[in-house]
Amino acid sequence: MIPPSFEYHAPGSVDDAIALLSQYGDAAKILAGGHSLLPMMKLRFAEPEHLVDINNIDSLKGIREEDGEIVIGSMTSENALIASTLLQEKCPMLPEAAKMIADPQVRNRGTIGGDISHGDPGNDHPALMLALDATFTLAGPNGARQVAAADFFLGTFFTALEADEIMTEIRIAPQAANTGASYQKLKRKTGDYATAAAAAVISMSGDTCQSASIALTNLGATAMRASEAEAVLVGQVVDEALISQAAAKAMEICDPAEDLRGDAEYKTHMGGEMTRRAIRAAMQRVGGN
Amino acid sequence: MAKTQVSFNLNGQDVDVLVEPRELLIHVLREQLQLTGSHIGCETSHCGACTVDVNGQSIKSCTMLAIQAQGATVMTVEGLAAGGELHPLQQAFMDEHGLQCGFCTPGMLVRGYRFLQENPNPSEEEIRSGMAGNLCRCTGYQNIIKSIQTAAAALNADTGSQAE
Amino acid sequence: MERQEQLQGIGCSRKRKEDPRFIQGKGLYVDDVKLPGMLCGEVVRSPFAHAKIVSINKEKALALPGVHAVITAEDLKPLGLHWMPTLAGDTQAVLADEKVCFQMQEVAMVIADDRYIAADAAELVEVEYEQLPALVDPHKAMDADAPIIREDLVGKDEAGQGKRTHNNHIFTWDVGDKDATDRAFESAEVTVREDILNPRVHPSPMETCGCVASFDKVNGSLTVHITSQAPHIVRTVVTLLSGIPESKVRIISPDIGGGFGNKVGIYPGYVCAIVSSIVLGRPVKWIESRIENISTTAFARDYHGVGELAADKDGRITALRFHALADHGAFNAHAQPTKWPAGLFSICTGSYDIPVAYARVDGVYTNKAPGGVAYRCSFRVTEAVYLIERMIDVLAQKLDIDKAEIRRRNFIQADQFPYQSALGWEYDSGNYAPALEKVLEACDYEGLRKEQTEKRANGELMGIGLCTFTEIVGAGPSKACDVLGVGMFDSCEIRVHPTGSAIARMGTITQGQGHETTYAQIIATELGLSSDDIQIEEGDTDTAPYGLGTYGSRSTPVGGAATAMAARTIRAKAQKIAAHLLEVSPEDIEWDVDRFHVKGNPDAVKTMKEVAWAAYNNVPEGMEMGLESVNYYDPPNFTYPFGIYLCVVDIDRHTGETSIRRFYALDDCGNRINPMIIEGQIHGGLNEAFAVAMGQLISFDEEGNLQGNTLMDYFIPTFVETPHWETDYTVTPSPHHPLGAKGVAESPHVGGIPCFSNAVVDAFAHKGVTHVDMPHTAFNVWKTIHELGLDS
Repeated sequence: MIPPSFEYHAPGSVDDAIALLSQYGDAAKILAGGHSLLPMMKLRFAEPEHLVDINNIDSLKGIREEDGEIVIGSMTSENALIASTLLQEKCPMLPEAAKMIADPQVRNRGTIGGDISHGDPGNDHPALMLALDATFTLAGPNGARQVAAADFFLGTFFTALEADEIMTEIRIAPQAANTGASYQKLKRKTGDYATAAAAAVISMSGDTCQSASIALTNLGATAMRASEAEAVLVGQVVDEALISQAAAKAMEICDPAEDLRGDAEYKTHMGGEMTRRAIRAAMQRVGGN
Repeated sequence: MAKTQVSFNLNGQDVDVLVEPRELLIHVLREQLQLTGSHIGCETSHCGACTVDVNGQSIKSCTMLAIQAQGATVMTVEGLAAGGELHPLQQAFMDEHGLQCGFCTPGMLVRGYRFLQENPNPSEEEIRSGMAGNLCRCTGYQNIIKSIQTAAAALNADTGSQAE
Repeated sequence: MERQEQLQGIGCSRKRKEDPRFIQGKGLYVDDVKLPGMLCGEVVRSPFAHAKIVSINKEKALALPGVHAVITAEDLKPLGLHWMPTLAGDTQAVLADEKVCFQMQEVAMVIADDRYIAADAAELVEVEYEQLPALVDPHKAMDADAPIIREDLVGKDEAGQGKRTHNNHIFTWDVGDKDATDRAFESAEVTVREDILNPRVHPSPMETCGCVASFDKVNGSLTVHITSQAPHIVRTVVTLLSGIPESKVRIISPDIGGGFGNKVGIYPGYVCAIVSSIVLGRPVKWIESRIENISTTAFARDYHGVGELAADKDGRITALRFHALADHGAFNAHAQPTKWPAGLFSICTGSYDIPVAYARVDGVYTNKAPGGVAYRCSFRVTEAVYLIERMIDVLAQKLDIDKAEIRRRNFIQADQFPYQSALGWEYDSGNYAPALEKVLEACDYEGLRKEQTEKRANGELMGIGLCTFTEIVGAGPSKACDVLGVGMFDSCEIRVHPTGSAIARMGTITQGQGHETTYAQIIATELGLSSDDIQIEEGDTDTAPYGLGTYGSRSTPVGGAATAMAARTIRAKAQKIAAHLLEVSPEDIEWDVDRFHVKGNPDAVKTMKEVAWAAYNNVPEGMEMGLESVNYYDPPNFTYPFGIYLCVVDIDRHTGETSIRRFYALDDCGNRINPMIIEGQIHGGLNEAFAVAMGQLISFDEEGNLQGNTLMDYFIPTFVETPHWETDYTVTPSPHHPLGAKGVAESPHVGGIPCFSNAVVDAFAHKGVTHVDMPHTAFNVWKTIHELGLDS
């Protein structure tokens, strides 16, 4: 359980980091929190020749509000998300979900940008980003570009991030009025990936669902948006029967891999159950509860 | 592979070590710096036996490169007892039978030390979630929880008497 | 009273003597040992479960700077060390000899300057394999067309434990009156039968296994620091293997980070490290990773059982018939007393007065890692207790008798002790019925059953589990038990120094049980010296008397008895010295806590401290000076601790998650030496039971690839999953133990597992479910829910 040798770089700026990535191409990997990459290297599943440690780039850390958007630096740790009063107030689903990730020590190192960029369908932030309609700023040698979460996750461990790019920021609209959100995660134990998880953001107008955004974790090759489940709810007075219909629609898009957490049938059912719970909890929270 | 000098503050003392970039902090602490209190239990950052305090945060030193500790303030279990006097948490582990084989204990103590600063007056449930990154096979956790509660009371009484 | 308290002797919750070093990071575990010139070993392992080794190319690895050697079976052959004997009478390949028989089997060891270079070099060893079909399912092991796993045993009708009938058969062991049992089943009013699995699991102590071997070429002596629960046995085996005289082999078990049965056996990594040190003349360290630990060193269980009970219509059991197919992996390396291929499985009649019984176990080889150790239990006792405690619930359901009531009807009664069981054991003492009532009352059992009825009416799933178990621990009488021919006694040597402090050494070895604390309490009470003045040392074979080690809850029953007996010899001598000092005859003085006084004259006193001083300058004529004793205690019987456990679970019918609402454990381990430590042991054992029942599983795919060998998948409960434990006790002393004590630390594991299972099954009892196999993961429980349509 010893990582192979590599050359270590600790750039102080995004530009320096990009220059290193451009120089070394596929031979380089970005080291963020390290809790996915270093175990992979210890198992010799990953053997990068160069590690570009971006922990020293202060501009990548922190949470702020800018032009009516919440901007989260990609190197913001999970525990920083949990502690953020700005998020607790304007995007409460993120701190709620971050508490369910790994354990306290790992959350001190693990970062939101690393979690998203890894492209692991078991990670929690991808579904959260999809449900929140987040936008990612990807900085590369030719400047920065914005990519919507919906366009980012291309396959297992495969994202829109190019080898010479770094995710620098995550932009999220603050939670609108009359909106509730919830992330529901079923896992075997602390520190495990989700057996199944669902994020739901629901806006209500009186008794009627005005908009719904639902996304699923670890139920397919990538995190995915359950659009048909959303469509079941929008424009309707939502009752248990309708929630069940939405859950059934969410189950239809599930194509989970069998592993020790369960077989495809179980995980699909749990995808439905987590969807049900997330919708219920989100609706309960509409109006700030 | 060429070695790099890394300097950091360890338990109140400045130290310099020469490391390969790939060397893990836990190995450098244990093997170069001879502080064998922190242990290796799983190597995949699940067990917490290697927990140390870096810049005021609990981290798992099996999943951090030593080279990343450049300039950091690091505390291990060996740094808990100040001036030879046991930290109230150490005393509480002894009083409440919070350890058996002792292998997970240094990680528990270092995490517990930080946890009680994050949450000086925790409920049992908060202790359970705040300590969830540290595994123990011997105690069934119950007496560790008691130890942390006892230490919290002792620390709070200390703070109280200082304030008076 | 005050003098008694000052001693900190038997019965008090003395704080632990070992804690100060552990809480300050000053423990010395094997990986903390660093010797001058020390090298590191890394094992090259097989990626396949079954394959021929076509070739091994070491050249690239040897070319790496800092690499000293790469050893393979070919290198060990000239030394006769490529195979080693197991504790079970089989042999095991130290390094794979022409073929590999399980995934992760040891193929080569690289020796290098440090662990980083060793890891790199291990990657560079090129091994070419030719894959063979793997045998994974033990039920297919004895099929006519099953792949042959052990080529070396072909044509041999014996593999160390009696006759075998197939190339993959290891042994058949049986006990009891088969004909009488069969007749009882034929004439029974009611019978029940169930397939019951104890899945393959792993003890996974927080510290993995490892050693530092150091051969001194000048003196021809070998020192090995090793994580061993049985250091003296290791010494004997090392001598038998290496030919180095036992007087020149020193085994040191330093602080051990938990054992739980994982550290009883002798593993290939140890042998390779020792051989490398002998060949290279430098210390060699080998420490396994967690993945290696879970994958290779000593799994437990893998017992595929069939349980049958016969009874009358009132639920009185008239006969028991058990069979188990035991999957021992590729080499028979289970750790049992040598003559007991199925350990003490014959305790399977449990706490019940069953007139006739028959049990049989067949061991088979498969392409899996070797082992079959006792994971926090006495040998195969968990498997036995699981079978009877599950089956009595199955019987209760069949007859619609309450699960507490059926136990009442079958308990061995207090006046039946010492009790002769149908399978040949003599239970020393027990008092089950009142203990059951105590627990039922404490938990309001009737109220729980009422609540359960209401919940069931609402479609909710609530289960109440009971387990009323009897264990057999403290191996053991040497007439019954030995390891490689060495009787299973244990030992204690005490030396009282002139100024009245003492040092004592035992053949056992603590791994968290707190021996340094509790043994001193025994001596304190027996000798009237303060615990704090008594130093306890274990684990160094150069200084400690020979003993068989710590496993199977044998420290208190055997080592503790040896300690009491050694102390009593010293006190008898002290009495003579005191009489001499007081100028009376020894019969005229009596013992009083920490001193002798003349009968009828409480002022004529000599304290034990005064006697200790006199032992070195003023003894009766003809008496040897000094005040010391050594005792090798061969117990007349095992001890039979028991417990009454109750568990309440609530099951989420949508996700299959089980939450433990309550767990109440009453234990009876006879007289209690340190209640604080006992309670701690119970907590820990219950948590390991929880882990086994609810999540642990070593599973394989069809090709024999191990699935989930990191702590991501292998279930070790964290603070969050672990329930709150409630403990209670009764005291029924052992009549034959000098202190009336029994073993305790394994009871919670043994009794806890069936209690959890019984609770989970009970949640579905109203739907006709009589059994589901462990582990009761959310996924597995959901499958039951889903099949029954309870989730809709």
